[in-house]
Amino acid sequence: MKSKTSVLLLIVLLLFALFPFVGEKFYVQLVAKVMIMAIFAMSLDLLVGYSGLVSLGHAAFFGLAGYVLARLAPQYEAASLWTSLPLALAACAAFALLTGLLVLRTSGVYFIMVTLAFAQMLFFVFHDTPLGGGSDGIYLYAKPELMLGGTSLLNLEDHRVFYWFVLGLVAAVYLLLQRLLDANFGRALIGIKSNEHRMRALGYDTFRYKLGIYMLSGMLAGLAGYLAAMQYGFVNPDILGWHTSGSVLVMVILGGMGTLHGAALGAFVFILLQEVLSNQAWFGPVAKHWQLAMGLFIIAVALFLPRGLAGLSGQRKLREETHG
Amino acid sequence: MAEPILRAVNLSKRFGGLTAVNDVSLELHVGQVHALIGPNGAGKSTLTNLLSGDLKPSAGHIHYAGVDLAGMSAERISHLGLGRSYQKTNIFLAFSVFENCRLAAQSRRQRAWRIFRKASRFEDVNARARAALEAVGLASRRDAIAAALSHGEQRQLEIAMCLATEPQVLLLDEPLAGMGPQESGTIVELIRSLTAAHAIMLIEHDMDAVFAVAHRLTVMVNGEVLASGTPSEVRANEVVQQAYLGEEHGAGDV
Ligand SMILES: Nc1ncnc2c1ncn2[C@@H]1O[C@H](COP(=O)(O)OP(=O)(O)OP(=O)(O)O)[C@@H](O)[C@H]1O
Ligand SMILES: [Mg+2]
Repeated sequence: MKSKTSVLLLIVLLLFALFPFVGEKFYVQLVAKVMIMAIFAMSLDLLVGYSGLVSLGHAAFFGLAGYVLARLAPQYEAASLWTSLPLALAACAAFALLTGLLVLRTSGVYFIMVTLAFAQMLFFVFHDTPLGGGSDGIYLYAKPELMLGGTSLLNLEDHRVFYWFVLGLVAAVYLLLQRLLDANFGRALIGIKSNEHRMRALGYDTFRYKLGIYMLSGMLAGLAGYLAAMQYGFVNPDILGWHTSGSVLVMVILGGMGTLHGAALGAFVFILLQEVLSNQAWFGPVAKHWQLAMGLFIIAVALFLPRGLAGLSGQRKLREETHG
Repeated sequence: MAEPILRAVNLSKRFGGLTAVNDVSLELHVGQVHALIGPNGAGKSTLTNLLSGDLKPSAGHIHYAGVDLAGMSAERISHLGLGRSYQKTNIFLAFSVFENCRLAAQSRRQRAWRIFRKASRFEDVNARARAALEAVGLASRRDAIAAALSHGEQRQLEIAMCLATEPQVLLLDEPLAGMGPQESGTIVELIRSLTAAHAIMLIEHDMDAVFAVAHRLTVMVNGEVLASGTPSEVRANEVVQQAYLGEEHGAGDV
């Protein structure tokens, strides 16, 4: 069972790695976007699925990292990835620490409200103060460079190289999180989600665990936001907005909470569906109303697949066990 | 007598207009079982919650090995060496029996630099979890999901989790409630074997068990201490006879 999943994982990884050799540039970029959103969705799943913390303000980290990159980049030249990425992640960690000290004292619907409120505050900062460049945002004329001793290690301007760069990061994030969740820290988190009161009685400082995962989650969302800003070549306040927070939450729920691959799958299906449903060539004037079809799809999943798309395989297994 | 390891002084807890615990003082000694008895609603569980940090006292102090516990968080109190079991079973229903105990044991081992090591590979933690399960007689059920256990087995698990944190002071809130005679026997024996090295507070309605293990007895009624002393002193106390023991003894009350 265990080796079967790692073989499956390896095959998926291989297929993704080979895709740029056959796919057109548009599709290679689209899949890169999917993978970036998969990092974003997995980061939120750490909160929603593994810690029972439903955040409606996760875009704050996504957007913050993007804006940090945009502000650090020289006007027409490339920023250094070595400095801008750590700084973007550090900003997200600091924001998570500051807000976490407050939001993690709330729970349930109040947690949703307070995370949303903090994200809206950040939206205001970048929308309405000189820090952000208003509703038009800021352009990035060049992608950050990965330099070592005067030579560029990766030509990230090349859409394929960028794709592989992102693929490597998704794989690394997935594997590291898998390990982390299977280690003491992850077990404790799942215990806290299941019964926080008992965890405290057993001697766990549950607040510190929650703060830890909140910061990690924020930093990974920041990584996704940094990559997204890099890919699109601009940032604007939309990436901080509650629409973005809502979309990533839908991805996690769609894919199945509490399974990392589910969150990634949710991102995949969500972005592709959005792309297909809003395709004018295929759906003509109806394409404008793609959100309607998306809504119906989400409702259908919620009704028929309560454990999300990732639950499909699990449910089949369960049926085989009980009937076979 | 030696210094008590835990000393509650004039503890009170009010819930709005209701005083659930009223000016209660009590001492626990290593090597002794201190039984706490009293009718339903007497405030026994509330007192336990005050000692374990689950609730903050409205007034009073708790001295534990020289430290004042009042106002300290439950997790810190747990780390000082005070463990408790719950009257209302409070376990991780979705986890296996072993994982319940493993998590309890893991709480004693927090090494930040081992964040990527598989949790199941800490042998010292596993050993402690296994020992706790054996002690309560639940070793054969280690792989069952906690939710699938019988009520009595869940009560055993409740105690095993407390043991797995290796506390010095054990607060057992009606450990025998819901157990069959055989499991009860196991737990009474367990309490006996733990007594030498631990201080134990035992809340129990089963008077046979109480008189079998208790060195001291405190009777609570309506949040107050009605009587306290050795079992024979308390048994001879007329007020207690009337108020509590006479009607309850041997009734098998839950
Ligand atoms: N969290 C709470 N809020 C309000 N009232 C409470 C709370 N906890 C307990 N009480 C009340 O305090 C009183 C004492 O309850 P407690 O559970 O401590 O009694 P007990 O001696 O443990 O009883 P039992 O033998 O039934 O377990 C009861 O009247 C109870 O209703
Ligand atoms: Mg009680």
